[in-house]
Amino acid sequence: MSTPAPERTRPRGEDVVVVSDLHKSFGSNQVLTGIDLTIRRGEVVCVIGPSGSGKSTLLRCVNLLETPTSGSIRVQGEEVTDPDCDIDAVRRGLGMVFQQFNLFPHLTVLENCTVAQRTVLRRSAGQAREVAQRNLEKVGLGERGDAHPAQLSGGQQQRVAIARALSMEPELMLFDEPTSALDPELVGDVLAVMRQLAAEGMTMMVVTHEMAFAREVADRVVFMDGGVVVEDGHPDEVIGNPRHERTRTFLQRVLDPTHVQAGAHDAAHAARHAGDPAPGDVAETPPTPDHH
Amino acid sequence: MSAPAPTAEQAPTRRRSSPRRRARRIRLVQYAVLIVLVVLALFTANWPQIIDVFFRPELVAATIGPALFLALGNTLIYTAGAFLFGLVVGTVLALMRLSEVPPYRWIARAYIEFFRGLPAIVVFIAFGLLPIAFEGMTIPWDPYGTVWVALGMVASAYLAETIRAGIQAVPKGQVEAARSLGMSSATAMRKIVLPQAFRIILPPLTNELILLVKDSSLVYVLGLSIEGYELTKFGREAAQSEANLTPLVVAGFCYLLITLPLTVLVGRLEATTAKAR
Ligand SMILES: Nc1ncnc2c1ncn2[C@@H]1O[C@H](COP(=O)(O)OP(=O)(O)OP(=O)(O)O)[C@@H](O)[C@H]1O
Ligand SMILES: [Mg+2]
Repeated sequence: MSTPAPERTRPRGEDVVVVSDLHKSFGSNQVLTGIDLTIRRGEVVCVIGPSGSGKSTLLRCVNLLETPTSGSIRVQGEEVTDPDCDIDAVRRGLGMVFQQFNLFPHLTVLENCTVAQRTVLRRSAGQAREVAQRNLEKVGLGERGDAHPAQLSGGQQQRVAIARALSMEPELMLFDEPTSALDPELVGDVLAVMRQLAAEGMTMMVVTHEMAFAREVADRVVFMDGGVVVEDGHPDEVIGNPRHERTRTFLQRVLDPTHVQAGAHDAAHAARHAGDPAPGDVAETPPTPDHH
Repeated sequence: MSAPAPTAEQAPTRRRSSPRRRARRIRLVQYAVLIVLVVLALFTANWPQIIDVFFRPELVAATIGPALFLALGNTLIYTAGAFLFGLVVGTVLALMRLSEVPPYRWIARAYIEFFRGLPAIVVFIAFGLLPIAFEGMTIPWDPYGTVWVALGMVASAYLAETIRAGIQAVPKGQVEAARSLGMSSATAMRKIVLPQAFRIILPPLTNELILLVKDSSLVYVLGLSIEGYELTKFGREAAQSEANLTPLVVAGFCYLLITLPLTVLVGRLEATTAKAR
C-alpha cells in the first residue's frame, strides 16, 4: 500500500464502457456468448485469448462495426444498441486502431489526420492541421506529414493510424492487435507510443498477444475463450498466477520456452497460427484485399 | 517451351522436323508471303488514282481550315460534355446498384441493361424525333444539350458498371476506418471510397472516353446545322460535295489525333497501376 507501482495509480473515473450479457453470432456460429465487461476512465484493459475466441468481434461490437445479436453496450452512458442512438456521435468519442492500419492511401499523412476533423468536427483547416501536427509529433512522425502512407514502414503507418485516431480527441482508444502485422523490429516503436498514451492517462482497450506489454502496462487483463470472459483481473494474477485451467493452457502455449528466444511477439504468432494450414497450403489462400 | 522436345530425343532420325526448325520454316514462309503481297500491291494497284481519291493534296489543303477546326472542336465538346454527364449519372447509378433499398437496385439494373443492350444510334434517332413527337419541346443549349444527354445516357450505363467495380475494389477496411472516425456513410463514400475507386478505374475510364470520342460521330442522325457539325458529319458532307474521299480521310486523321494520345495514356496508367499492386 505504501509503495504502489507508479503506472497503476492513475485515478479511476466513471464507467466509460459497460458491456453486459453481449451475444454475437454470425449465422449459426455463436462467437460471443454472454460477455460482461466494464472499462473505467483512465484504465488500460488488455484483452487476450486464443485465435477465434471473439476478441476482435467484441472490440468491433463496442463501436458497432458489428451489430450485437443481443445484450447491451453502454459507451459513456449511451446505449449503442438502441436504434435511436446516434452512432456517429458515439464513434467520435472512440478511437480505433486496426491490425492492418487501414490508412487512407490517397491522402497524405497529414490529410489522414485532418479529414475527419474537417468533415466530422467541422474544424477549420488551420486548427485541424495544428491538432494533427501535434499528434504526429507525439508519435514521432512530425516530419512526415507530406508523405503518403505507401512511403512509410508498417510501424510508421501504425503510428500514423494512432495519431489519426488521437486527432479526434477520443475518450477511449480501441486497439485490435496493433502490432500483429508488423515486422518484429518495428513492434517496439508502436508499443512505446501506446505506453506513453497509457502513462498520459488515456483510457485504452487493447486486444494483444504482447504478454510483456500487457503485464507492464495494463491495469486489468481480460482472458477470453470460447466467446466468454474466463478471467478478468490484475495482470499479475491473470498472467502471473492464472486461476483457470484454460488460461494456464493458453499462456503455456504463448509463453512456451521453445518459442521465447524468438521474442514474445513471435511466440504469440506461433500460438495464433497453431491451427493454420501448413506453409505449403498457404500459397493457395487468396490474398487479403487489405494488402496493397 | 523450355521442356525438351521428346520426339527429337527418342527418334534422332526425325531430327529435321524438330519443333524449333519447323517454327523457323513457318516464319520464313510468312515473310515470303508478305513480300509477295507487297510487291503485287505495288505493281498492280493504280496508285495515282488511289492517291487522287484518298489523298488529293489540294483537297487536303482546302479541307484544313476553319470548318474543320469547328468540327474538331464540336467533337471534343460533344464528347467532353457527354462524358461528364455520363460520369455523374453513372456514379448515381453505381450507388443505386449498391443500395440497400432493393427498388433502387432494380431501377439502376433496368436502366443499365436497357442502354447497354440498345444500339447507341437508336437512342440518337429517338432524340432526333423528340421535338417532332412532343410538339414545341426543346432541350436547352441545342444542339449541345441534346448530344450531351443522348450520348451521356448511353455512356452512363457503361460507366456505371465500371464505377461500381471500382467502389467494390476499395477494401472494406477503408470504410471501417472512416466510420470509426465518426464519418457518416455518405461522407465516407465521398471522401474516402470514391476518390480511391476512381483512381483504380482510371485506365478503363480512359478507354470508355476513347469509345465515346468515336460514338460522338453518331450525332449525324440528329440533323444538325452547319455550326453543329462534328468531324464525321463534316467529312461526309465535304467528301460528298467534292465527290472525293480526301476530306473524310482528313477528318479520320483528326480522330486519331484525339484517340492515339489517350491510348498511350491508358497504357501508361495500366503500367503504373500494375506496378502499384
Ligand atoms: N464478419 C464475419 N462473418 C462471419 N464470421 C466471422 C466474421 N468475423 C468473425 N467471424 C468469426 O468469428 C469468430 C471470432 O473471430 P474474431 O476475429 O473475433 O476472433 P479473434 O479472437 O479476434 O481471433 P484472432 O486472434 O485470430 O484475431 C471466428 O470464428 C470468425 O470466423
Ligand atoms: Mg482478431
